[in-house]
Amino acid sequence: MDRIPVLQMGKFLLVTIQVDLYDRLALNLESDLVQMVSKTGARGVLIDISALSIVDSFMGRIIGNIGNMSKIMDAETVVVGMQPAVAITLVELGLELRGVSTALNVVKGMELLHKKIGSLEDTTEEEEHDDSSAD
Amino acid sequence: MKIDISKVFLKKKKQILEQWMKNQLADESLREDLMSNEELRTESDELLDALVRSLNDNNLSDAQSTDFENVIEILSGISISRARQGFSPRETGAYIFSLKEALLQILQEELKSDPAQLTSLILKLNKLIDSFSVTTFETFIKGREEVILRQTDEITDISTPVIRLWDGILALPIIGTLDSARTQVVMESLLQEIVVTGSSIAILDISGVPAVDSLVAQHLLKTISATRLMGAECIISGIRPEIAQTVVHLGIDLSTIITKATLASALKYAFAVLQLEVRKSSVKNS
Repeated sequence: MDRIPVLQMGKFLLVTIQVDLYDRLALNLESDLVQMVSKTGARGVLIDISALSIVDSFMGRIIGNIGNMSKIMDAETVVVGMQPAVAITLVELGLELRGVSTALNVVKGMELLHKKIGSLEDTTEEEEHDDSSAD
Repeated sequence: MKIDISKVFLKKKKQILEQWMKNQLADESLREDLMSNEELRTESDELLDALVRSLNDNNLSDAQSTDFENVIEILSGISISRARQGFSPRETGAYIFSLKEALLQILQEELKSDPAQLTSLILKLNKLIDSFSVTTFETFIKGREEVILRQTDEITDISTPVIRLWDGILALPIIGTLDSARTQVVMESLLQEIVVTGSSIAILDISGVPAVDSLVAQHLLKTISATRLMGAECIISGIRPEIAQTVVHLGIDLSTIITKATLASALKYAFAVLQLEVRKSSVKNS
């Protein structure tokens, strides 16, 4: 069965969707990703959808779901590289993905994750300077 | 004696053309500034030629006949090109009606001795040319509509420029009413520009929007959501007092959006987000 690889990068998980998603694949990705989050204790998830050119309401919902699931498992999710056409489609479908952070590209997405988790740790004071070791 | 109308016209073609040209040149609505007499003559000759060739006794009373396809094609071409050149409907109409006049004059000379046949032919010819002139008007209006459509397109294109204010800051001054079609153009060009420049902040300046109703507000919110999905932040600036009043009266919730009164304050905010600082230079350049 086809799967989309979920890569671990320090305390982040990296998912790059390089093929057009069909429903089954998307559902697999959803379950794989939450499994990985719980197994690795990842603090952030970065989903790169720059190669995704077609999206429907189901896909939009899955992306939103993944974001919300990771969030309640204490991992920030950033969706990066959304194509203009995809963004317009999602907005027209009424899916604004309110719970998910977005960034323009992977670099900016990583910066955002560092900032979010950095600020989180500043307030909770669990570990210090952790984001420098993650690079 | 029954005459063959097509043969008469074919024989007298030159004479008709002369008469027609004379009629046109005598008409005070002639526009020499838009079209030279030479051009007019070639154009008229072409049309007349097609007409006399396709005209015969059978199709004289049937303007829909396929024999006239060529004539109608030439007529449409003439009338569309006239619409583009800026002729008025009256001038285009005068062109066709002066042809009718010329044809009838020739017919009259030819059939002086037979009033009964003359009347019936004139009636038929009248009807035919009238139907041609209706076609002319139809295509004339179509031509004008095309011009209007093209201009509308051009206006939509030029009225939505995406300006790069700074590295990573885009501005989009919206001038005029926002409707669905325009919002689509605005949204697409903004998102495209965000991808191309890699900007993280977009400022939508609506000081040129005359009124904001719930529909316009919804369009704005859509654009902002789409920008956010792309990973950029969107600021609305240029909110005039009247607009603030209507927005609140209509119960539109803009609280989730960053709004600024002027483009300047929006830019200042953008600088703050990007951690940029604008300072007066200490060196005087006298």
